[in-house]
Amino acid sequence: MKYRCPNCDHVYDEAQGEPHEGFPPGTLWSQIPDDWSCPGCAVRDKVDFELVSDAG
Amino acid sequence: MSQATLTPAPATHWSDPKRYLWLLGPAIPVIGGGMLVAYWQTQAAWTLWFAVALVHVILPVLDFVFGEDAANPPDSALQALDNDRYYSWVLYAFVPLQIGVTILGAWMAATLDMPWYHMLGLAISVGIVNGVAINTAHELGHKKDKLDRWLARISLAPTFYGHFFVEHNRGHHKNVATPEDPASSRFGETFWAFWPRTVMGSLRSSWHLEAERLQRFNKGVWSTENENLQSWGMSVVLFGGLLAVLGWAALPFLIIQAIYGFSLLEVVNYLEHYGLLRRKNADGRYERCQPEHSWNSNHTVTNLFLYHLQRHSDHHANPTRRYQTLRHFDDSPQLPSGYAGMITLAYFPPLWFALMNKRVVRHYKGDLSRISFQPGKREALMAKYKSYADEVRAQQG
Repeated sequence: MKYRCPNCDHVYDEAQGEPHEGFPPGTLWSQIPDDWSCPGCAVRDKVDFELVSDAG
Repeated sequence: MSQATLTPAPATHWSDPKRYLWLLGPAIPVIGGGMLVAYWQTQAAWTLWFAVALVHVILPVLDFVFGEDAANPPDSALQALDNDRYYSWVLYAFVPLQIGVTILGAWMAATLDMPWYHMLGLAISVGIVNGVAINTAHELGHKKDKLDRWLARISLAPTFYGHFFVEHNRGHHKNVATPEDPASSRFGETFWAFWPRTVMGSLRSSWHLEAERLQRFNKGVWSTENENLQSWGMSVVLFGGLLAVLGWAALPFLIIQAIYGFSLLEVVNYLEHYGLLRRKNADGRYERCQPEHSWNSNHTVTNLFLYHLQRHSDHHANPTRRYQTLRHFDDSPQLPSGYAGMITLAYFPPLWFALMNKRVVRHYKGDLSRISFQPGKREALMAKYKSYADEVRAQQG
């Protein structure tokens, strides 16, 4: 599953995780704290991210 | 930016009128270095104070003379402008020049025989170069490219402010214009009260941010992966190397230039969000950062020296936007002059309050409850500005 920050388009991909932030590959979205702010812009938090539909 | 790809026809012949003027950015360390060499060759005292005059007198005058520029690049030109590597090179050029000036200054401080007041001018001049460098590091540190990020941290080394790299993106940008942000100044707070709060607060915040991040890896704060320790390590290497070669005589110079340099960054922090406040939503979260939460300036000359830092609202809305594409928003609150002039005012609280307090009240259309007040002064300030606020509200009609 992938989730996108609506402000800067940074994508969190569960398969890749966000290793620098301490989320190894495979970390599920549900395991990430709600107040985790977007590593791209910090303008939006996890709760604001939008699911990226797998439209290819 | 997700746009449909256009056919690569010559979509626009817009060219950036500021393209070569951006070289004024790296001109700062060139001018700084030039003054140092001039002193070395002539011992003329004015050369060691030119940088101070530049920031506090010459730039404010030039801002006044050349005025404002609210022009934005057309949307059709943004992608090309963003991709143009020339602008990155203009940014990168600053860093080796700045390190060179630092080394030269340290050598002069340790080697040349000069009275203490010349030494002070020398340290402050280099402090100004390294303080302006924090703005360069700010631009670089917001990028994802590894080269940009490494250069950002090198650029922060001379002022011992490597923790800015952590705190700014992950602390300030998250908490801007809220009481939680040490780098957002409050209505009624003097710069002199703000300074210890932001210096200590930003340091503490950067420490906690790394502690929290490292904990997810099950690592302690003293891990070599602590980015604050890594960045301070660069400062230690720089200072240590200079002291090893030049001796302890270089130490007062290094300390003074570092403090003056990061204080320049902090006075700019002071200007950028004074009195502004994001409201809390019903769910307890702060509202999203909007253009109204930053003070801006379109004064052209300072914008050219500072990589458009003064287009602050767009920067907070889009922190990863490259400096050459930052835009002016009509509805963003404007400072009465460029940052250079405002810095001088900030040092004199009665002048700052006289110029800015009513501006904040007008920004909030007379609704004093919207303002971020200095704790302990809230009642007194609300009483003081009540009649002006009533006037402003009445004018709203």
